[in-house]
Amino acid sequence: MNSPARYACGSLDHALSRRRFLSAASGAIGAGSFLGSVAGLHQGVMGNPIAKNDYRVVVFNMHGGLSQLESWDPKPSTRTGGPFRAIPTSVPGIHICELMPKTAKQMHHLCLLRGVNTSEDDHGKGAYMMLTGRRQTPSAEYPQVGAVAAKMLHDDQTGLPGHIIVTPGGGGGRGNESAYLGPKFNSIHLGGDKPPQNSTKPEAIADVAEARRHELRRKINEQYLNQRRSAITDAYTHSYEQALKLMERREVFDVSKEPQVAQDMYGNSELARQCLVARRLLENGVSFVQVTHSNYDTHNDNFNFHIEQVGEFDLAFATFIEDLAQRGMLEKTLVVVLSEFGRTPNINLYYGRDHWSKAWSVVMAGAKIAKGAAFGQTNAEGTEVTDGQVDHGDIFHTILRGVGVDSSQSLMVDGRELPIADPAAEPIWKVLV
Amino acid sequence: MIEVDFTKSHVIHQWKADSPLIACRISPSGEQCVSSSQDNHLQRWNMANGEKTVLQGHDSWVHTMAYTKSAEQLISGGCEGRLIWWSILEAEPKIVRAIQAHQGWIRGVEISPDGSLVVSVGNDQIIRLWKTDTGEKLHEWPAHERHIYSAVFHPDGKHLLTGDLMGKVHVWKLEDRSLVRSLDGSTLYNPNKGQNAEFGGVRSLAVSPSGHEVYAAGTHKGSNPFGAVHEPLLLRFNWADGALTKSHVCDGIPGGLLYRCVALNDATVATVSGGSSGGLLLFFNASQDKEVHRAGLPSLARDMDLHVGKGLVASAHYDQHVRISGLFA
Repeated sequence: MNSPARYACGSLDHALSRRRFLSAASGAIGAGSFLGSVAGLHQGVMGNPIAKNDYRVVVFNMHGGLSQLESWDPKPSTRTGGPFRAIPTSVPGIHICELMPKTAKQMHHLCLLRGVNTSEDDHGKGAYMMLTGRRQTPSAEYPQVGAVAAKMLHDDQTGLPGHIIVTPGGGGGRGNESAYLGPKFNSIHLGGDKPPQNSTKPEAIADVAEARRHELRRKINEQYLNQRRSAITDAYTHSYEQALKLMERREVFDVSKEPQVAQDMYGNSELARQCLVARRLLENGVSFVQVTHSNYDTHNDNFNFHIEQVGEFDLAFATFIEDLAQRGMLEKTLVVVLSEFGRTPNINLYYGRDHWSKAWSVVMAGAKIAKGAAFGQTNAEGTEVTDGQVDHGDIFHTILRGVGVDSSQSLMVDGRELPIADPAAEPIWKVLV
Repeated sequence: MIEVDFTKSHVIHQWKADSPLIACRISPSGEQCVSSSQDNHLQRWNMANGEKTVLQGHDSWVHTMAYTKSAEQLISGGCEGRLIWWSILEAEPKIVRAIQAHQGWIRGVEISPDGSLVVSVGNDQIIRLWKTDTGEKLHEWPAHERHIYSAVFHPDGKHLLTGDLMGKVHVWKLEDRSLVRSLDGSTLYNPNKGQNAEFGGVRSLAVSPSGHEVYAAGTHKGSNPFGAVHEPLLLRFNWADGALTKSHVCDGIPGGLLYRCVALNDATVATVSGGSSGGLLLFFNASQDKEVHRAGLPSLARDMDLHVGKGLVASAHYDQHVRISGLFA
């Protein structure tokens, strides 16, 4: 059992919210073992008010802004509809764009949120809002959903990081995605289907020598931590140990270990390989994986680009959903397809669509999310939400609730009570089961 | 016969439809033209008085149309994959036949020089040949590895040319559908790794009346395809050996894209440029790399057609207008 953190600053950083603490304390006093109960609730360095479960989250980030009209909310034969038709799905009455015939066959697993209004047409701000559930402000920085999921759900015993982002080429990863949760919950970035960089031991270093080096490092760390322990030193220590465990489990990232039939099923696109990696990571206990499909920022030639991009997404995504369902993983894996915003109903001069955040779509599936549902509605030309309007804050709450996390809880950070999700928003109860 | 002088190009008519236009064609007689629009409709325009007749039958956009040689019928190809034959001379044109011809978009429909064949191409990468008078499918063959963007018959009536997204132009022998040669139009392909975008393609093909030259139109320098940053490009090939003889470029059209090219005569090719630089008619000949004349159009254009005998150009515009320009003083 880990002991409560003894930080140099003397604070019980990232521990329990006051509300939760009092609740736990009163229960413990009743049982006649106050100190013991508090110590038990402090398991884990950061303190976690909610028991970990075996739920997982995977986010498909459709970078640049997927057009809702060429995907989840088609408006064929209208002024804004464009050239594509709507097709029926496995759920009677729900139609999606003809660019997604394979996904249409998986609709009984999906839940469409067609009434998203985030009122933010800037790429950076929109992405921040969708991933943190909050508007960006100069005064505060909030953790992304991946960091929150890792904190709430991840079991360190897996030997794998809890927060992994897969991008084409593996760029990024230097940001502060975990904000006040601390660097332990920052993401590891993967480049496509490649394992993390520098995750093999150089051949020139013998196993014995390697073990001695780490023994020495741990001894020095221990001496230092006895005097100067802090969240940062914990994070450093954790990073080293996590890297060692990750090196031992490097095969998890290796898509070539998959049977050829599985690789063929997903297709040969980079997204397909990302999906296979994601499935392997989730299977092996990673709590949060973000897959990136780029790019959808189609101000020009929107329809030709969406044929290419959505076609690629359709095969990989539909296969991923079916694969999770067949393996029984979908019951415990929440899948989200989001962008920073949607695209304008208006078709511009260059057959393009521009940024549009007032009426667009997000898709969820799995875990505690309703199956085969379409929640929310836009008007005939898709220019505004007419029913079931939700925003980034509501979606953030719903993601957490969807994996069994009480999104109304708060964390104590440096003596401040910080709500996990925006208190001004709430879960979309109608899509939660 | 009008004495054509493209340097005198000027708009003589403009007629408005109910939706932004996509494509247009002039009938062989020059008495009418047709346009297609974003509301899935076609419009027939009487060239004498601008009278409009709306044709409804497609479930999607129409990027390509062709009149039969007799001008009695029009064949349109839709993004839903349907070919529709229209009795285009009737007061209220009717659908003569409709065929589900392709999986996905049809991007090119052309009539053979003798009028007996229709070719259709599109996103399913298959070339299909049809009998013009009955709609019977004669042949089909997988022809390209990517979307086929354009097709044109050679004036000799024995060959067909098709162009794709990657800038490949294949020359086919009609007799046995064998591949004679491929022309390298890869400069028309503008992939962008950063945007993970495949962009460009052979947007249009044309052959000179003598059959000695082949033209392939599109765009190049696609440094930001998503932002419409690219420039017009017309490639000129020698028919005999397929060699690229000239790459025609333009100055000062940073958002240009040539949607169509049509041979005006053996010396000159007429093209239309759309994109963020507006609408332009651009004329090229073999004497120089850059255009020999450019004529501004009042709004962004997306397609054009030419009636050489009458010296007329029809252009389809985003502002819902079809415009008729005269190439004479």
